Amino acid sequence: MNRSLLFVSVLVIATCGLVYELIASTLASYLLGDSVTQFSTVIGVYLFAMGVGSWLSRFVERGLAQRFVEVELAVALVGGGCAPLLFASFTFTDAFRVVLYGSVLVVGTLVGLEIPLLLRILKDQVRFKELVSQVLTFDYLGALAASLLFPLLLVPRLGLVRTSLLFGLLNAAVGLWSTWLLAPVLPAVERLRVKAVVVVAVLLVGFGYADRMTAWSEEGVYPDEVVFARSSPYQRIVMTRGARGFSLFLNGNLQFTSVDEYRYHEALVHPAFLRAGSVRRVLVLGGGDGLAVREALRYPEVERVTLVDLDAAITSLATGYVELAELNGDSLKDARVEVRNEDALRFLAEDTGLYDVVLVDFPDPNNFSLGKLYTTRFYGLLKKRLAPDGVAVIQSTSPLFARRSYWCVDTTLKAAGFWTEPYHALVPSFGEWGFILAAHTERPHVRELPQGLRFLSRELLPTLTLFPADMSPLPAEVNRLNNQVLVHYYEEEWRRWN
Amino acid sequence: MATVELSLTRRELIASVLGAAVAQSACKDTQPRSPVPGAIVDRAVHAGHALREGSLPLHTGPFRSVDVAIVGAGVAGLSAAWRLAAAGVQDVVVCELEAHEGGTARGGRNHVGAFPWGAHYLPTPLHDTGPVMRLLHELGAVEGVDARGRPHFAEHVLISEPEERLFFKGAWYEGLYLRAGASAEDLAQLARFESRMAAFAAARDARGRKAFAVPVAHSSDDGEWTALDLLTMAQWMAQAGFTSRRLQWLVDYACRDDFGTTPESTSAWAGVWYFAARQEGAGGRAEGYLSWPEGNARLVAQLARSVTPRQWLRSTLVHTLEPMDGGCRVHAVDTATGAPVGLMARQVVFCGPRFVAARVLAPWRKAPPAWLSAFTYAPWVVANLTVSAPPQGRGFPLAWDNVLHESRSLGYVVAGHQEERQARNGTCVLTWYYPFADTDPRAGRTRMLSAGYEEWEALVMADLLRPHPELAHTAERLEVMRWGHAMVRPTPGLLWGEARRAAQASVGAVHFAHTDLGGIALFEEANHFGVRAAESALADLGRKVESWL
Ligand SMILES: Cc1cc2nc3c(=O)[nH]c(=O)nc-3n(C[C@H](O)[C@H](O)[C@H](O)COP(=O)(O)OP(=O)(O)OC[C@H]3O[C@@H](n4cnc5c(N)ncnc54)[C@H](O)[C@@H]3O)c2cc1C
Repeated sequence: MNRSLLFVSVLVIATCGLVYELIASTLASYLLGDSVTQFSTVIGVYLFAMGVGSWLSRFVERGLAQRFVEVELAVALVGGGCAPLLFASFTFTDAFRVVLYGSVLVVGTLVGLEIPLLLRILKDQVRFKELVSQVLTFDYLGALAASLLFPLLLVPRLGLVRTSLLFGLLNAAVGLWSTWLLAPVLPAVERLRVKAVVVVAVLLVGFGYADRMTAWSEEGVYPDEVVFARSSPYQRIVMTRGARGFSLFLNGNLQFTSVDEYRYHEALVHPAFLRAGSVRRVLVLGGGDGLAVREALRYPEVERVTLVDLDAAITSLATGYVELAELNGDSLKDARVEVRNEDALRFLAEDTGLYDVVLVDFPDPNNFSLGKLYTTRFYGLLKKRLAPDGVAVIQSTSPLFARRSYWCVDTTLKAAGFWTEPYHALVPSFGEWGFILAAHTERPHVRELPQGLRFLSRELLPTLTLFPADMSPLPAEVNRLNNQVLVHYYEEEWRRWN
Repeated sequence: MATVELSLTRRELIASVLGAAVAQSACKDTQPRSPVPGAIVDRAVHAGHALREGSLPLHTGPFRSVDVAIVGAGVAGLSAAWRLAAAGVQDVVVCELEAHEGGTARGGRNHVGAFPWGAHYLPTPLHDTGPVMRLLHELGAVEGVDARGRPHFAEHVLISEPEERLFFKGAWYEGLYLRAGASAEDLAQLARFESRMAAFAAARDARGRKAFAVPVAHSSDDGEWTALDLLTMAQWMAQAGFTSRRLQWLVDYACRDDFGTTPESTSAWAGVWYFAARQEGAGGRAEGYLSWPEGNARLVAQLARSVTPRQWLRSTLVHTLEPMDGGCRVHAVDTATGAPVGLMARQVVFCGPRFVAARVLAPWRKAPPAWLSAFTYAPWVVANLTVSAPPQGRGFPLAWDNVLHESRSLGYVVAGHQEERQARNGTCVLTWYYPFADTDPRAGRTRMLSAGYEEWEALVMADLLRPHPELAHTAERLEVMRWGHAMVRPTPGLLWGEARRAAQASVGAVHFAHTDLGGIALFEEANHFGVRAAESALADLGRKVESWL
């Protein structure tokens, strides 16, 4: 029996074991957020399970070598399959935590069996002193390898699903290889080899489909590292950080990226402020990230900003998540700002105030609940809350990618009795983005742009209302609660780009 | 905690009520689950017994005299009260058996919100005429009327999209017609069916009346179309060569949903009416459906504003009407105390169904009218299930009306659908409907009443757990209402035969109103007959008013 080769096996096994543990904890913090909790609970459970495995090893009396190979194959299958399994369980079931801790327990137990079994197999051939020292050395070396490879090479290059399957394959390879190494002490070598080949084949097939599995799962959605993730009653909130700054996603849809959000928010906010008769009372609907409020607070005349965002999880993120609070200049903590976590439609129906400027910054109308916020019903209520010389602005998706949807918003605003002025701006992380000004009657410019803007200027403004041929108006139906045509347009149009 | 286990008989019950597909998946579900807490909430069954036995004591005086006594505060009775109030008649009493008004259009409310117990929607009228439009104006539901006299309705009372979805083999699809997997022949038949219905919708008689109109009384009585009343809808479908299973499913669903009958027991005239009465033909179509969380109980509340507190006699069972010179004696009992109540009314508007009228009117008790047996009624069960999270499921998202293709129930309506954006984890109420369409009504009634809460809980949950297994954890409370005589059945011959005409005639000072006089259970019918009876009473009181009809 070639001893050094066996020690290489130990190295591989140890690396694999740690990689599975890291995959489970990373995935848990991706999907559930709160990485400290996820890492410590997963690692805790894993170590405990390894203890269980070591303890269980005493019940293996005979056929040590065969059991060892079988354990290898089982680890290969369960550990290798753990990332796809966890993603799938998150996407398709409600039992993610059960699957998570269940698979951590199983993998941990199996890994816990490996070393004791190996030690016992080798105990007659190597002196105990040497055995312990060598096995443990390679074990810890493997751990070091894993903890360096994982963040530096594996996750960025392969992604979690492929990493998991790859290490499953390595584990299976150790199993297969051991059938030769341990051949002298193995009774039914052929059968074990067949099993090992089957396991390798299964994992290879999985590897071939890894891309497709990844696409299903959230991993495919986010190009950058996930630094915050949480599910609120209304949506899934994810923040990522990468080379281009950090980004906020709601239900997988990008809301902003810190490098170019100023383009979006300057374009959203200032054209409305320039035309409003007065700007004392400001209403922001949606936009719980506080970035639109930051722009509004540039005007010293602003006396009160009412921010209505359904989701308290977002508005507390805007004040509590340091980097976001820095980006929005702590706007939501400003004494002039009142935050209300309510449904915007209900707020408009029940509120009695008048507002000089209304900034409507909802996520795109990609489902029926959001579609309601783009209907004549909604705009009719909005009109009642808009001061006679007030101006509203509506973020209206991309006139390039969703051209009919964009013009549908314009048609709907007009049907609700508004004068409108459509315009657009380029926001690199979104593409060409569209906005629409709405007022009771046409409004002239009555105000200057504030100091310190990075995108808008007096000269640029008139060019924003020019629409090239590929974004020019298209006829569209009026979006009403009882037809929700916008959701259908939107879905159809974005499908073409995805 | 007790658990529900499916006994053999329970399985048979599910199969016979909801169909084999539901029973099969209920059996597969071997996991025992705790039953959802709840209750049966219908109570009036006892009053029916008392009436049938005729054991209630006659009042011996003194009799409180009133100008008009209205018996029954469903849509018909309240429409009559509304009409009388508008004419300035104040000496009115409204007797209602239940503690609450509304009849089959009653609504309920719990900590989550309002929900319907029966009628839940009203299709928008095609023209700005008639009493229903008058009511909708009063309610503030009308936004304007276009140059062609077509009303436009406030957006928030029209049912929001998505309106309907259909559950079939594990996934939800948009709309009521199962397009997924339909063959070219299926779609061709659907198109042909739709164009036949559009032609029926466009049809007018020599006097310009629509062949199929709402209310039925406004339809043409020309034999060209009323001949359809002699066929069943199933026969008509066969004659017209409509053999597509998907189309047949749609028509079967329509009959069960609107009438509580199957195409085999529905008059073809009524079947066509369902598809043709709501459209003008030639493109014109109703704007949609009006609905509120509490269903048509919102309309009931609007009508009930015309009844003053002094005019109410709630929890009052009228058991005998004795027509006599100068009016009619009304004998009733207070169901709470058992105390007899007596009225001497110059006019009576009786707004209960035919089978009750036949027991209450003294002369009819001795000699039942010939038309009585023509009126049959389908039993229905309505269940309201409070859940801690809106159900979702694979495929098309949650809609207002959520229909289960493989079940004999009608699926469920989401009472809060018209409300603002719903939280993914918020509580809501699902209203589940089941008509006993497949059995003879009497057998259905027996089966319905012999099943207690435990059985109904098992039935409702077996039906709803198929599309939504998560309800095993999210269901909080279930309340079940068993309507013994929920809907009059438009069987062949009822709509255009002699019985219905004869039953509409007043007897002395007693005028009749109820949706069953229209042959179809519908808000507009109940309202039409309520207004009509009130106007007859007004005429008999010597009051000259212009008709609202
Ligand atoms: C489950 C269900 C769903 C329905 N859905 C719809 C729908 O969506 N849209 C629609 O338009 N229609 C629907 N309908 C039809 C509905 O029945 C009618 O719209 C309408 O409500 C009928 O009103 P009514 O006044 O004619 O009769 P009822 O509702 O039967 O009212 C009769 C009233 O008289 C009282 N009464 C009877 N006898 C006596 C007595 N002797 N003494 C005192 N009081 C008495 C009763 O308690 C009751 O309140 C539905 C019906 C049911 C059962």
